[in-house]
Order: sequence, then C-alpha cells, then structure tokens
Amino acid sequence: MGECADAVDRSLRRFLEGVIDFLSRRLAAALVTLFLATIVVFAVVEVLPGDPALVMLGTDARPDTLAALRAQYGFDQPLAVQYFRWIGGLLTFDLGASHAYGTPVAKLIGDRLAVTLPLAGLALGWALLVAIPLGVFAAWKQGRIGDWGVMGFTQIGISIPNFWFGIVLVLLFAVSWQIFPAGGFPGWAEDAPRSLLSLVLPAIALSLSEIAILTRVTRSSMLDTLREDYIRTARAKGASESTVLFRHALRNALLPVTTVAGLIAGFLVAGAVIIESVFRLPGVGQLVYDSINNRDLAVIKNVVILFTVLVLAVNLLVDFAQALLDPRPRVTG
Amino acid sequence: MTVLHRRHLLGAAGAVATVGFFGPDVWAQAKDRLVIGMSLEPPVLDPNKNAAASIRELTCPNVFESLGRIDRTGAIGPGLAESWTISPDGKEYVFKLRTGVKFHDGESLNASVVKFTLDRLFAADSAVPAKSLYTGIDKVEAVDPATVKVTLKSPDSYLLYNLSIGDAGIMHPKSAATNDKQPIGTGPFMFKERKEGDSISFAKFPGYRDAASIKLGSVIFKVVKDPSAQVNALLAGDVDAFPGFQAPELVARLKKDSRFAVVVGTTEGEVVMATNNGKKPFNDLKVRQAMAHAINRAELIDAESGFGTPIGSHFPPHNKAYVDLTGTYPFDIAKGKALLAEAGYPNGFEASLKLPPVGYAQRAGEVLANQLGKIGIKVAITQLQWPQWLSEVFKERNYDLSIVAHTEANDLDRYARDGYYWAYDSAEFKAKWREVVAATDFAKRDELLKDCQRIVAHDAVNGFLYQLAKIGVWKKELVGMWENAPTPSTDLSGVSWKA
Repeated sequence: MGECADAVDRSLRRFLEGVIDFLSRRLAAALVTLFLATIVVFAVVEVLPGDPALVMLGTDARPDTLAALRAQYGFDQPLAVQYFRWIGGLLTFDLGASHAYGTPVAKLIGDRLAVTLPLAGLALGWALLVAIPLGVFAAWKQGRIGDWGVMGFTQIGISIPNFWFGIVLVLLFAVSWQIFPAGGFPGWAEDAPRSLLSLVLPAIALSLSEIAILTRVTRSSMLDTLREDYIRTARAKGASESTVLFRHALRNALLPVTTVAGLIAGFLVAGAVIIESVFRLPGVGQLVYDSINNRDLAVIKNVVILFTVLVLAVNLLVDFAQALLDPRPRVTG
Repeated sequence: MTVLHRRHLLGAAGAVATVGFFGPDVWAQAKDRLVIGMSLEPPVLDPNKNAAASIRELTCPNVFESLGRIDRTGAIGPGLAESWTISPDGKEYVFKLRTGVKFHDGESLNASVVKFTLDRLFAADSAVPAKSLYTGIDKVEAVDPATVKVTLKSPDSYLLYNLSIGDAGIMHPKSAATNDKQPIGTGPFMFKERKEGDSISFAKFPGYRDAASIKLGSVIFKVVKDPSAQVNALLAGDVDAFPGFQAPELVARLKKDSRFAVVVGTTEGEVVMATNNGKKPFNDLKVRQAMAHAINRAELIDAESGFGTPIGSHFPPHNKAYVDLTGTYPFDIAKGKALLAEAGYPNGFEASLKLPPVGYAQRAGEVLANQLGKIGIKVAITQLQWPQWLSEVFKERNYDLSIVAHTEANDLDRYARDGYYWAYDSAEFKAKWREVVAATDFAKRDELLKDCQRIVAHDAVNGFLYQLAKIGVWKKELVGMWENAPTPSTDLSGVSWKA
C-alpha cells in the first residue's frame, strides 16, 4: 500500500512539475514577446509620418509656437530618453496624458474598453453559440442537404463585409422597425439595459464572418473525429447518436476550435474599428483610429501595447484550455 | 378571465419595456433639449490650445465670448464690448465692456480679465495656434474696470474681426489653465460633461446676462463620423440636427423625408487645386494658365452633387467685396494644350496630386485628374492622412498639386506670406495686401480686395474650383439655426423648438 501511495505521490509531483514548467515557459515567452513589442511599437510610432505639434496647432502655426509645443510634450528629447521614459511609465502604470484630449491615457482606454470588451465578448460568445451546433449538425449531415445549406451559409458569411452587414442591420432593425438603437452608446452607469441593447446589432455584425469560420472548423474537426476507431467502438456498444456526437466526438473535436477561437479574439478587436464607426460606439477601435489621425502618440503606443497584452493573455488562456481538454502538451510541451 | 388578465399584464410590460428600452428618444425629449450631430470631434475644448475648427464650432460663442460678435451674416456687432472707438490713425482701439457679466464659475468680467486674455495671445512664449493674427498688437491696457485700450504697432484693418473670432474668446485667469477639459466662459451655455469619442453636453447658464432669451435648456453634441451613420442617426431620431452635413450624395434621401429641412448655405471655404509655384514646371505662368483652362468647374460641382459655387479667385462669392473672375481662364481644352506647347510641354508631363482624407478632395480628385489628362498632364493620385498632408505637402512642400478647402475667413493674406506652401512670391500682391491691412476706410478696403483677387486670378496661383456649400439638415420644428457659416460657430443663442 505504502509503495503504491508513493508511486501516486511521485507521479502527481511529476505531473505538477510538468504543469508548472509548461506554464512558466509560456509566461516567459509572453514576457519576451511583450518586451520586443515595446521596441517595435515605439519604432513604428516614431517613423509614422506627421508632426503631432503641427496637427495640434494647424496651418497658421508659427515656427516658434511649434517649437514651444514640442518642448512642452518632450518630442524634442533624444529617442532613447523618450523610449525609457515611456517604459518607466508602463512599469509604474503611468501611461501619461493624451496630447489631443489632455485627459489621462489610462482613463481614455478604460472608458473605451468598457465598450469594446463587452462587444468582442458578445460577438465571440454569439459566434461560438451559433457555430458549434451548426458545425456539429453539418458534420452529422455530411454530404446531405443540411450540410450543403450550412456550407452555403458559411460561404456567404465569409464573403460579406461586416460593415455592410452592419449597415443593413441598422436599416432593418433600427430605422425601419425601431427595435434596436441605430447607434451610439448611453454608458453603463447611465442606462445599462440600453447600453447592452446597443451592443447587440454590432456584435451580430461583427460575429458573422467568425461564425462562418468557426462553423467550418467545427465541421471538419468533427468529421476527422467521427472517423476515429473509438467512435466506431462507441457506436458498436450501442451508444445513442447524441451521446456519440456530443459526449465522445465533440469534446475532442473542440481542440482546434478553441485554437481558432483564440486567434479570432484578436481579429474581433481589429474588426471592431470599423463596426464601432458604423454604430457610433466609443470603443477602443475608434480611439486607435482617432489617435492615429491626430498623431496622439501617447495613446497609440499604449493602446497597441495593451492589445499585445490582451492577445498574449488570450493565447495563454487558450493554452490552459487546451491543457484541460487534452493533457498531452503538459508533459511534452 | 385570469388568462385575459395575464395577457394584459404581459402586453403592458412589453409596452413599457419597448418604450423604456427600445423606443426612440422622442418620449424623453422635452422641448428645450437639442441633440446636434458633428462629424469631427473636437480634441480639447480650448481654442487657445488647438487649431481644430470643431473646437470653435462648439464653444464660440456658446461658451466663450469675444469682445466683438460675428452674427449670422458675418457682420461684427457688440460682444463682451458694448462699443468701441478707433483712433483716426487706426492704431488705437478703445473697448467699453459690458458691466455685470459673470463667468460660469461666478467670477466677474473686467478690464484686467480681458487684458489677461489678449496678452496671452501674442506673448513671446505663447503657443496659441492663431498667434500670428495678434503679433501686431503692441500693448493692452486696462484703463478702468470697464475700459480696455489696445495699441497696435501699425494699423490692422482685420483687428476687430480677429478680436471677435473664437481664438480671442475671453477667459478668466482662474480657469484658463483647465479650459481644455472644463471650459468656463461667459457664454449662454455651460460645459456639463464630456464622453470622449461620444458626446459633449452643455446646459443653459442661468446667470447669463440675457438668460430669458435663451430657449434651449440642454444641448448635446454627438460625434457621428461615418456619413451613412449620420443619415441613420437622423432617420432613427437619435440626432435632431446636423449643421455641417458631410455627405452631399446622401442629401436627396433626406430631402424626401418630410420631417427634415435641408438648408444649403455658404461657407468661407474656397476649394482650390493647390499648386507648388516654386517647382518646375509649375513655376511657369503659362503652365498654370494651361491648367486653369483645363478645369471644368461645372463637372467638379456635379461631383459634389451640385453643391458649391464656382470661383475664379480665392474669395467667397457672398462677400460684398467679391468680384466674379471665373471668366479669367475659361474652360478651353484647345487653349490649354496650346499654352502647354508654348511653355515647352507639347506632350504634357507627369504630376503628383496628393489628396487629404476629406470628402470633397476625394470626390474631386479623380475628376480633376481626368480633366488635366485631357491637356496631356498625367496625374498620379496619392492619398494621405491629415498629419501626412500637413507634414509632406504643407510643411515640406513636397508636392506638385493637391486639393484642399481653405476655410478660414479673410484668408487671401496667405498669398502675401513668405514660405507658404504654394511658394507664391509676388511683390505686386504683397504691396497691395499691405494697403489692405493698413486701410482705415472699409469702402476703400473693398476696392483693394478686388484688386488682390484679380492679381491672384491672373497669376493662376492655384486652380480655383468652387466655394464649399454648408449643408444643414435639421428637424422642421427647429428654428434659428444658422444657414451660413461666416465663421466656425454653431451659435445656439437664437435657437428654439417651435411651440
């Protein structure tokens, strides 16, 4: 008995060591990526054509006023000084102030995330909710009319630009039928139900192509899984079709779906730039767009780094989710 | 009975939910609330910190008032100064201030506050965007609490105008530093709240000197950048008015809707084909004349869905000093070709056309490239972001041609500026412009302005295309909105809902 317990203990310890090793390696890789990202972002923002001082002061600006403004914002400092000042700020969570708005960057980003994160979350949730059953259905009906229908839908879903779909949704649901607001965002504190409602159409518009992609991934992954021996075994022992599909096949088929869903989360934030414009949502996408147009360097740098952190975090989460669904990478990875 | 009862309840709950959650805002909208759409969001809210016209459109004179006040016709009347006198040599201006004027935070207006504001405009270390308009001021003195004397280095016939625009809005020393986020002035509306990227709200200032005349209780400026979203916001009732509607091609749709009035007025924006006069071959008058002959203004205005008035020089047609010079180089392709050949380019040449990211430039770009192509000029279009345009075209003068609206009032003076991006340098024009600035007799000044227009038109400095129209769309029940835009301003003091 004692030996047996020891063996269990040893294997558990080995297992835990494996998990910690796996996680710490992923985390270290993420931190290195983040550091490299700060250099790339800083360099890109520096080579961006355009003079922020000129943007602020306009075409009547005199050379002396431009110089005064540049000094005020530290644009005249050597690049290394500007870089380390920024990194120092990041490390102490001091993101500085927006040149265009004059407000703290942290507040600007925080306000916008309160719109974009729920929007992306809704869109992703909606996409998974629709895509997984559709994909399972198509795989189940492979080669038959139901499959053709789903595949036709995904073809259309991938082809339609989401801003156009958004405009159509507005015309139907907001202008003609007045079920949903045409755009704008009242704010969570002011009117939470209406705020949620104003995210529904944008989330649907944003999720269309993601639904199409995830449906296809689910379908092909299900088809692969359904050809496995253990599925034949399950069927042979008399398991019902739904048990085979959902209990045996889907769990394994979801692995590639989570990977793709993780990648898509990044695309959702990028796609939000256009959708937020169509629906007049004051989200992060619009903030990035505006700050690039205004050469609001403090905002651009910090938002891009924040996106990098988010994407890295999502990827880490996907790694965890996969580790849960399939224990193998924990030992080998 | 119970079933019926339950259905009633559900129906009622549904109705409440529909009105509360889904229904358009009309239910909540009292008759003193106005939602205005704007296509460009102001960055800060202080005209002394940033050049964006949108800052002035919102805050002047709603929040910040100046010594003079520009009315809807462009005429200058009393503002915070109830009267003024100008010395015969045109170098001394004495302003008599209104008494009893309060700032939104309760501070009082007096001569020292005015002196503080004006001193900041031309101070040596000032970083005010419009500083160049005020550097002719020698000194500002507070003669007594209600009298301010401004002394100029030399006469400036535009001083009164420049002291009436938003850039010279009177600010209090106590609040001046924070006006970018929390603007405090003497105007009829107080800043209430801002949600960056979404909206800016004003409320009526109860302590305004003529509070009874202000009919609106609250005003919300909503940011709607995308043109089709602008239409949707109007149709869905989210926005009551768009004083500066940006999509001429969508106006027809709104005209059909009986709820809206579409009002077309004038602006100070001359759309020109900016030309780099300092660069070969554009430094040759014959080349510029040839291009002028190639321009078909009717076709360009068609591309604006018919909105716009042809111009032949850099001057707005609604100004009383305007002279029609559209016939100086009439549309004539044969003549254009001949002039190009005379200049030594019988086979034309290649040129770059760098466009800023604004609707009119995008619409005119292809049309203009096609027109110049007909006399043999092969135009390559490049799209630029606004900051790129400012650096590459405006500052570095690294361009051949561009299309841009010069929206400032009285901006003919740009042709007298050294180092301006057109690189136009005419001793004749500069001398004439000095006379304009020094003129103390306004009738005489109008004649001088006409001469200036003629010089610029004859020299074909730029391609003079058309005067930008102001397209306003608002609910029919709304009265008092400005039809024209003589200055960047959405003056709401006379706006109200029909009872």
